Amino acid sequence: MKQFMVFVRKEFYHVFRDRRTLLILFGLPVMQILLFGYALTTEIKNAEIIVVDHAGDAASQQLTTMIAASKYFDINASDKSDEDIYKAFKKGKVKCAVVFPIGFGNDLLNGEVAQIQIIADASDPNTAKTLTNYLTAITAEYQQQINPTANIPMRIEPVTRMLYNPELNGSMNFVPGVMALVLMIICTTLTSVSIVREKEMGTMEILLVSPFKPTYVVLAKAVPYLALSLIDLIIILLLAVVALNMPIRGSIILLLLESTLFIISCLSLGLLISSVTRSQQTAMMVSMMGMMLPTILFTGFIFPLENMPWPLQFISNLLPSRWFYVIVKAVMLKGLGIGVIWKETLVLAGMTVLLLTISIKSFKTRLS
Amino acid sequence: MSEKAIVCKDLTKRFGDFFAVNHISFDVDQGEIFGFLGANGAGKTTAMRMLCGLSYPTSGEASVAGYNVFKQQEDIKRNIGYMSQKFSLYESLTVRENIRFYGGVYGLSDKQLKEKGDELITKLGMEKEAKMMVGSLPLGWKQKLAFSVAIIHQPRIVFLDEPTGGVDPVTRRQFWDLIYDAADSGITVFVTTHYMDEAEYCNRISVMVDGRIDALDTPANLKQQFEAASMNEVFYALARTAKRSAD
Repeated sequence: MKQFMVFVRKEFYHVFRDRRTLLILFGLPVMQILLFGYALTTEIKNAEIIVVDHAGDAASQQLTTMIAASKYFDINASDKSDEDIYKAFKKGKVKCAVVFPIGFGNDLLNGEVAQIQIIADASDPNTAKTLTNYLTAITAEYQQQINPTANIPMRIEPVTRMLYNPELNGSMNFVPGVMALVLMIICTTLTSVSIVREKEMGTMEILLVSPFKPTYVVLAKAVPYLALSLIDLIIILLLAVVALNMPIRGSIILLLLESTLFIISCLSLGLLISSVTRSQQTAMMVSMMGMMLPTILFTGFIFPLENMPWPLQFISNLLPSRWFYVIVKAVMLKGLGIGVIWKETLVLAGMTVLLLTISIKSFKTRLS
Repeated sequence: MSEKAIVCKDLTKRFGDFFAVNHISFDVDQGEIFGFLGANGAGKTTAMRMLCGLSYPTSGEASVAGYNVFKQQEDIKRNIGYMSQKFSLYESLTVRENIRFYGGVYGLSDKQLKEKGDELITKLGMEKEAKMMVGSLPLGWKQKLAFSVAIIHQPRIVFLDEPTGGVDPVTRRQFWDLIYDAADSGITVFVTTHYMDEAEYCNRISVMVDGRIDALDTPANLKQQFEAASMNEVFYALARTAKRSAD
């Protein structure tokens, strides 16, 4: 045990004296969270819109004001002709247009069907869809305002409720994904690089000739990085809550336990990488590039897994991060407990045990 | 337990049909400085790895510090020290931290670590450098430190794999002073080297050619046997018979 502590202490010296390690350890998560949280969201804010008001009555003006007041739109111009709309679209500056026909207000007041036309630049279908959704929502809200007791027979009015994330806050989706990504990269990179470094430096040989057992070498490597990853996790959660207004609706303890499980699986992966690579550079490349891409592609936080063809879905099921992502979303956003996510937890635990066994085995056999 | 530090009988390591080490037999006495010579690829490192408990022999028998290399690798590891051709201390740790780490790995108590550490630092004259990162020391100092650390737990045998590679002649001489001190204190020294002047410093020498030991005696006897003026000539005479090319 004392030998073990001596080793762990040495490992901490390494970490705190190496600027590159420190940068990966603490710079990367902060950068990733802020980058994904602020810069790379699917949420659209301040989209330029043209309003063509042929009606010019109170109703059309009120609705225009509401559109202008929403954070999603900036009114680019409101006195253009229909032709101007197409010119503006071609320039690409304007993403969306609303046209009020003559008599809009009258139709509305007389109980007729009042129509407005929404035109969107669908060369980017996702943006177009999102914007028209925002506009429909604003229109519905306006209707509600002018006629709160509307009770017209046979009228179906869809009332959409955005569960868990009513503001459609993009970072809600990203943060759990980035958590998976960051932990994955940090744990695999740091463990693999630190073990390969010992191989490169020749110190590994000395350790193997010593009475210190190879399994202990592995564990003594894993313990400091587990501790540091947990600190990272807390930094990420704090940033998510404070800077990105993310809720943590479920149990924090459960979240931490699940994350520990995930971290251990990543550490094992790092160990596995270290036993098949010989140089620090290779280990770094394999764990950074080799882990980053599949995690981004197949975890589901950027590209929905449901739309993928089954071979890709199958691949995604092999990634621990995919399961961890589901778990984190369930606990953080939906406030669910272990009763609901036990299946995912079991899969993750199974993968962890498997990876750990394989990596310790391969570590031992590579040495002899 | 035998008086001998190392006993080898027909020790063999085979990879497929390649005999890396081919039935070698030799004894090393306790406290002896034993030179283990051979060209690159002759099988020195493989033989040494088997003796250190890092790999299992294919056949034959060997005991190190009285322990069987097949069954008692853990006991062997506790009783040997090892220093490789690669410099093997941690560069981002200070001199003292390295001493504490390696001593700690061998299970030395805090008190022993303090005493041994002080003694070692004084002996090497490194009082001023004790708190410096090892990476900033000159190579010669590093090698001397690495050797001292390798024997900090007073092993029965220390294995040195080309310990003086790349070190200047003066520092090499100083390094050998340390080796003699260690041998005087009863530690058996098993050393591989490519420097023939160093071979002369050994009590006895074996020369490996193509996985076999083709010569084993004191330097003086070997020179007589091969009618050579120096160990260099002995080595060339033997190495010329090699069929394997160096790796």
